[in-house]
Amino acid sequence: MSKIKVNNVYKIFGTRATQALTMSRAGASKDEVLANTNCTVGLKDVSLEINQGQIFVIMGLSGSGKSTLVRHFNGLIQPSAGEILIDGTDVAKLNDAGLRDLRRHKVSMVFQGFGLMPHKTTLENAAFALLTRGEKKEASLEQARIWLERVGLKGYEQKYPDELSGGMKQRVGLARALAANTDVILMDEAFSALDPLIRAEMQDQLLELQKSLHKTIVFITHDLDEALHIGSEIAILYNGELVQVGKPKEILEKPANDYVRRFVEKRVAKEMT
Amino acid sequence: MFLNLSITDPINNFVTWLVSHYGEFFHGITLFLLHYFLIPLELALRWIPPWAVLIALGLLGFHATKRFLPTFLFVACAYLIGCFGLWDKLMLTLALMMVSTFLCVLIGIPLGILTSKSNRLRSIVLPVLDVMQTMPGFVYLIPVLMLFNLGKVPAIFATIIYALPPLIRLTDLGIRQVDADTKEAAAAFGTSPWQMLIGVELPLARPSIMAGINQTIMMALAMVVVASMIGARGLGEDVLEGINTLNVGKGSQAGIAVVILAIIIDRISQAYGMEARQRRLLNGKR
Repeated sequence: MSKIKVNNVYKIFGTRATQALTMSRAGASKDEVLANTNCTVGLKDVSLEINQGQIFVIMGLSGSGKSTLVRHFNGLIQPSAGEILIDGTDVAKLNDAGLRDLRRHKVSMVFQGFGLMPHKTTLENAAFALLTRGEKKEASLEQARIWLERVGLKGYEQKYPDELSGGMKQRVGLARALAANTDVILMDEAFSALDPLIRAEMQDQLLELQKSLHKTIVFITHDLDEALHIGSEIAILYNGELVQVGKPKEILEKPANDYVRRFVEKRVAKEMT
Repeated sequence: MFLNLSITDPINNFVTWLVSHYGEFFHGITLFLLHYFLIPLELALRWIPPWAVLIALGLLGFHATKRFLPTFLFVACAYLIGCFGLWDKLMLTLALMMVSTFLCVLIGIPLGILTSKSNRLRSIVLPVLDVMQTMPGFVYLIPVLMLFNLGKVPAIFATIIYALPPLIRLTDLGIRQVDADTKEAAAAFGTSPWQMLIGVELPLARPSIMAGINQTIMMALAMVVVASMIGARGLGEDVLEGINTLNVGKGSQAGIAVVILAIIIDRISQAYGMEARQRRLLNGKR
């Protein structure tokens, strides 16, 4: 069953977006649109289907539009055209109250830069989502405590973010998203800022948690190894366009174009050494 | 070469019109401020025995700085002002400053928040603040005097005009400088605009806002002499009298008292500008 459905989404950045959109739809390339309208095409005709309970990885290099795409799922960015359906509701059509509701109850997010509140303790940060949606303080903190323990941060409840290491900070970010107990979790390069050992540890922890949680996780990364390790399905973005969607095995065996092939070959070369 | 233009008459006419039509209204403001703010505060500060004020200052100083030496110096310097025989006037100046600062905070922080949210409002408010800060004080003192009569209330208004701008600017700046990623993260969990303001923006803008309050207090104290010229009592009186009678000693003595008051308040309010955690770290105990 599809949890998230993206239909023909375009995102144009710039003031003459309508004109740029028409050009882009007619098949003009990113550079042509930029030269003519001074607008950047962030996403071009992206359509995707993400099933309930899977870890769906969106991969691409920086500038490929992956972070832009994932921000459409909780309305942090509005599309220039197209629709984003979550449980059948179009996110792009929601008003402010509707968006707040979506973010409070359906979709939570983990950020590359952690996005913790520097003036709140670890415990308050982990309870942020619950407190924001107006749940009782005691119960929220209790939930936050449970989740901090599950991600391995027992004993750090009263510390402030600047007293934690990068890996610990991201565990708080993860606990905050998990405590919100939403069906969908967006993870925007969540582990990219961490060193390789901690990163592998966090990936395994995520897989371990997912075994019991069965969330729909949209995971953004620029690292194919990470994508292959945790993704049950992988979408590859290049210059704002979707170039391939498939199971990890399909990506490895049948790369759709040279761009994907280069990714795969680099990985093979790395494994040989 | 130059056209013969003058805005003297229109402005004069406007002020006269304002005084004759709204005099009652401004008189009402004067009475309100005097009866509900300034006079009760003055009475209270002068009723409390000096030793109690000194003890309170000591406690406040220690609570703010968490260190003994500065606290001791605060109390000793305040005691010195008392030795100069200026205690009563010190309390009057303090009351004037507290009321002015209170009103500045009441106006300045909300206005700073609004300007940080709207570029349009900001482009209107900023030039007004420029005028408030650069216009020679005596230019607006005269109409203020005409509207509020001689005394403490026009002194408060003159002080507000002079001391309000930094608070608005620094509140606006502080909120605009809150990290965009942190705000995005908060928004991603569905914060309402109010939750964003109270829970994220204001706490993170706090050092900047406290610096604004600190600046406002300093500028309010800088106005005490001018305030005395229009009939407010306090330390400024002695400075003024010193100038008028060429009594340099008397003027200096009162001037030093103003400086001491300014330094004590500056140190205490700066200490409160730091986060409690930062202060603990500075003192090496966690």
